[in-house]
Amino acid sequence: MPLHHANRLLETAGRIILGKERELRLALACLIARGHLLIEDVPGVGKTTLAHVLARLIGLQFQRIQFTSDLLPADILGVSIFDRSTSAFRFHPGPVFAQLILADEINRATPKTQSALLEAMEERQVTADGATLALPEPFFVIATQNPAHQIGTFPLPESQLDRFLLRIRLGYPDRAAERALLMGEDRRELLERQPAVASPSALLELQHAAQGLHVSDALVDYVQALLGATRNSPELINGLSPRAGLGLLAAARAWALLDGRDHVLPEDVQTLFPHVAAHRLHLAGDGRPVPPATLVRLMQAIAVR
Amino acid sequence: MSAAAAGFVAMLKRGAAAGRVPAPALDRRQGLWLLAAAALTVVPHGLWLPPWIHALCLLLLAWRGLILWQGTRPPPALLLLAVAAAVAAGVRLEFGHFFGKDPGVALLALLLGVKLLEARAARDIRAGVLLCLFLQLALFLENQSIAAAAMALLGTLTCLGALVALADPAGSVREHVRSATLLLVHGLPFLLVFFVLFPRIQGPLWGLPADAFSASTGLSDTMTPGSISALGNSSAIALRAAFDGPPPPPAQRYWRGPVLADFDGRTWTAARFAEADTPFYRPVGRRLDYVLTLEPHNRRWLMALDYPGEAGPLVRFASDHQALSARPVQSRSRFALSAYPDAPVGTGESPTVLAAATRLPAGSNPRSRELAASLAAGAASHAEILERVLAHMRAARLRYTLRPPLLGAHSADEFLFDSRSGFCEHFASAFAVLMRAAGVPTRIVTGYQGGEINPVDGYLVVRQSDAHAWAEVWLAGRGWLRVDPTALAAPERIADGLAAALGAEDALPLMLQADMAWLRGLRHRWEALSNSWNQYVLGYNPERQRELLANLGFDYRSAAKLAGLLAGISALLLLGLYAWASWQRRTSDPVQRAWERFSTRMARAGLGREPWEGPLAYGDRLAEALPDQADSLHAICAAYARLRYGAVQAGDRQLRTLQKQMKGIRIQ
Repeated sequence: MPLHHANRLLETAGRIILGKERELRLALACLIARGHLLIEDVPGVGKTTLAHVLARLIGLQFQRIQFTSDLLPADILGVSIFDRSTSAFRFHPGPVFAQLILADEINRATPKTQSALLEAMEERQVTADGATLALPEPFFVIATQNPAHQIGTFPLPESQLDRFLLRIRLGYPDRAAERALLMGEDRRELLERQPAVASPSALLELQHAAQGLHVSDALVDYVQALLGATRNSPELINGLSPRAGLGLLAAARAWALLDGRDHVLPEDVQTLFPHVAAHRLHLAGDGRPVPPATLVRLMQAIAVR
Repeated sequence: MSAAAAGFVAMLKRGAAAGRVPAPALDRRQGLWLLAAAALTVVPHGLWLPPWIHALCLLLLAWRGLILWQGTRPPPALLLLAVAAAVAAGVRLEFGHFFGKDPGVALLALLLGVKLLEARAARDIRAGVLLCLFLQLALFLENQSIAAAAMALLGTLTCLGALVALADPAGSVREHVRSATLLLVHGLPFLLVFFVLFPRIQGPLWGLPADAFSASTGLSDTMTPGSISALGNSSAIALRAAFDGPPPPPAQRYWRGPVLADFDGRTWTAARFAEADTPFYRPVGRRLDYVLTLEPHNRRWLMALDYPGEAGPLVRFASDHQALSARPVQSRSRFALSAYPDAPVGTGESPTVLAAATRLPAGSNPRSRELAASLAAGAASHAEILERVLAHMRAARLRYTLRPPLLGAHSADEFLFDSRSGFCEHFASAFAVLMRAAGVPTRIVTGYQGGEINPVDGYLVVRQSDAHAWAEVWLAGRGWLRVDPTALAAPERIADGLAAALGAEDALPLMLQADMAWLRGLRHRWEALSNSWNQYVLGYNPERQRELLANLGFDYRSAAKLAGLLAGISALLLLGLYAWASWQRRTSDPVQRAWERFSTRMARAGLGREPWEGPLAYGDRLAEALPDQADSLHAICAAYARLRYGAVQAGDRQLRTLQKQMKGIRIQ
C-alpha cells in the first residue's frame, strides 16, 4: 500500500505551494482517479507551479503547452515529416506524448486545437497517418483557463468541459501563506532541488487501489440521488451526465483512499461534488456556470441515509 | 462383495456415530417464543376440552418450559414415544374413538406438547408453529366469539414472533414483536378481501350432528310449574331486535313462542298445529317492521312479536299464530319480520281447536273447578266470565316471586288456595284452569315478554330471564285475546321487567340489581360490541354477501368469477406488498435503525443530524458540542460509517458494540 508515498508527496508539495493543502489533495485525487484537472483562475496564483510540483515529485515526464490563438493541432499531437533517407514519412511525436501535460490557458486556442488535445485526453491515444499511437501511462492533463470573460478567449464548449474530471480554483493565498511566500526563497529553485518522493509506478498502484475501494449500496443510492437532483432541478439547464457520475464516484474513491479509508463515505462525495459539478452545470436563464451556493443547496436537499 | 459390505458397515457406523452426537439444544429465546405460542394456543381450548386432557396439555408445555429454563437435554426419544402412545391411549379412552372433531383436536393439542418436547432444530419450530396455527383455527369450530378471535389473533402473532425469532436470532424481543406485528398487519388486506369475497356457505360448516346443538337453555314445548322460573336467573341473550321505527312500549313486547293447549293437570304441552306460507289471519292495523337476530336454540320457533305478518321466504306461519323458521335455528340467524299488534286473530277458529282449549283432565284441581263454577254461575257471556275470573284473581292478592314453593298434583288449586305465590307460569296456568273449568276456550302461550333497549347500539335485547307465560282466551266474534294474569299481581313485571316486579326477598340476578348500574353500562357496551360482531362478522352469510356484492356492482352468481376476482385482488395486493417491501428493504438495516434512533436521541439535546449530514461530519459536530465525550462520539460515528458504508457486513457483535456505545452517551 503506497499510501505513504501519497502522504509524503502532499507534505512535500505543501512546503512548496503554501496554504493550498486542499487544492493539492484535490489535484492528487484527480490524478489517482485517472481524471484530468481543470484549474480556472487568474494568472499568477501558482497554476503552473502546481503542475510542476506534481510532475517533479512523482517523477513524471512533463510537457507544457502554451495555448495561443495560432496554435495548430499538429503542434500538440506531432507531425509527419518526409524522411529522405527512408523515403517515407516519419512521425515526430508532439508534446502530448508526455505523462503530465500542462495545457496553459487552454481557452486561448481555437476550438479545433482545443478539441485535438481533448480527444487525445479522452482516448489516451493519438491517431496520425492511419497509425494509432498510445499515449504514455500514467497520462494526466492539467489545463488552466482564465475566467471566460477575458478578451480573446474561446470558452470550452460543455461537451469538452465534461472531459475534465475536476475543476478547482487556487485563489489568492491567505495572509500567512503569502507572507511565507514573499519572505521565502524562489519556489522554482526550491523545486529544482527537490528530489522525487514517489514514482510513476507508485501512482499506478494508487490508481489501482482506488479503483478497488468499496462502494456500498447506500452510497450508490446517495450518488444517484445527487445526480437525479441535478437533472430535476429547475435551476439548471442540464443535469450531470453518467460520465460525470462515474467521475464523481472515482474521485470520491481517490479522496477516501487519500483519507486512509477502504470505503467511500457520503462526505467524500460531498467534498468532490462541487468540483465535479462546477464546470458541467449551468444556470437556467442566463446560462452562467453554476455558483457554489446553488451546489450546496442541491446537496442539502439530499438526505444521507 | 466384501468391499461393498465393509463400506456399508462403515456407513452404518458413521450413521450411528452421528446419532450419538448430542443434539443441539433449542435456542432459548426461540424456544420461549414457541412455548408462548403453544401456551396461547392451548389455553383457550380449555373451554371445551375435557379438563384432564387440558391439564395434561399444559403439563407437557410446563415440562418443556422447565427443560428450557434449566438448559438440560430434552427427554430421550424412547420416553417421548411412550408419552405419545400414552397420550393417544388417553384420548381413545376419553372419546372412545379417534374420529370426528373433538378427539382429533384433543389429540393434536396433546401431540403439540410432545412435539415441543422433542424440538431441537429450526424444522421442529416450524412444525410446532404450523401445529399451533392449525389448533387456533380448530378453536373456531367450538367458539366464534370476539374473545376467541382475539385469542387466535394473539396466538397467530406469537407464532409469527417464533418464526421471526427463528429467522433473526440476533434481534431483540422488541424487534421480533415489531416484525411479527408488521407481518400480521400485512395480512389485514387479505383478511378483508377474503372475508368479503370468499364464497359463503349456508349454515355452520362444522355442524357435525354428533357434537353440535346438544344443550342450549331456553324455552321448551312443555310447561310445568318451575320450568320458566328456572330461566329467571339466566341473563343469556335469547334474541335481539332492531326496529325500523320506535320500538313498541314494554307492555306490548310479547315475543310469541310455543302455544300450549294440552293440559294433563300439571304439565301443559303444545298442541298440533297447521302451518302455511302466509299468516292464518288477516294482518290489518298498525304494522311494525324489525329485524330479529335469534340465538340458536335448535327449535323452529322464531319468537316473533305478536302477531307476525309478512316475512321472508324462510319463515312459515302456524295456525296458533307463531312464526316458524323453515329449519331449526342452529346458528345465530337474522330474520326480517313484521308484526301487527292490533290485528284480530282466530276469529274463525276451528271447533276442534276450541274444544281442545276447554278440555281439563278429569279429577284434577277440584277446588279450582268449584271456584270456576261459582264464578261462572249466572254469567251472561264468556266475556263476563273473563271479567269475573280476573276480578277474583286480582282480589286474591297473589304474590309474584321467582322462588315459588313446590307444588303437587293439583297445581292450580295449591297455587290459588294454599301457597298463593308463584311465578308467571303459575298465574297463567291457574287462570287457564279456571277459564277452562268455566267452559271458556283458553290456552297458554310461552315466550318472552319485555326486553331492554341497549342505549349503545339501540338494539332491543331480550334475555332468557325475560321468559314468560301468559294466556289467550277465545271470545266469539273477537277471536283469541291475550290475557296476562301475571299483570294482575305484578303489573310492574310487564311494564318494567323482572327486576321491578320481584320483592326484596328474591335474590336478583347480579346483572339486574339496581345498584349495579355501572356494571350494566359496561355490559351494554360489551353486548353492543358482540352484537356488531354477530351482525357484521358472523352474520355475513350468503344472502348478505350477495347483497353487498350486488351493491358494489360485482357479478356474484358465478363462483368461478368470484374466485377469479379473489385471485386478482390478492395478486394485486401481493404485488403492492412486494413493491413496498423492496422499497422498505433500504431502511430495514439494523445498523441504520440504531443510527436513526441515536440521532433521534441526540436531537432531544438539540443535536439532531441534518438529513444531508454524513456520519463523520455529524460526529465532528457532536464532538464539538459535547467535548467531554468527543472520543466516544467520534468512535460511534466512525463505527457506524464503517458498518454502513464499509465492505464488511455488520456482524451481531459489532452491532451490539455500537448499540452499547450509543447507549453510553449521556445527554442533558
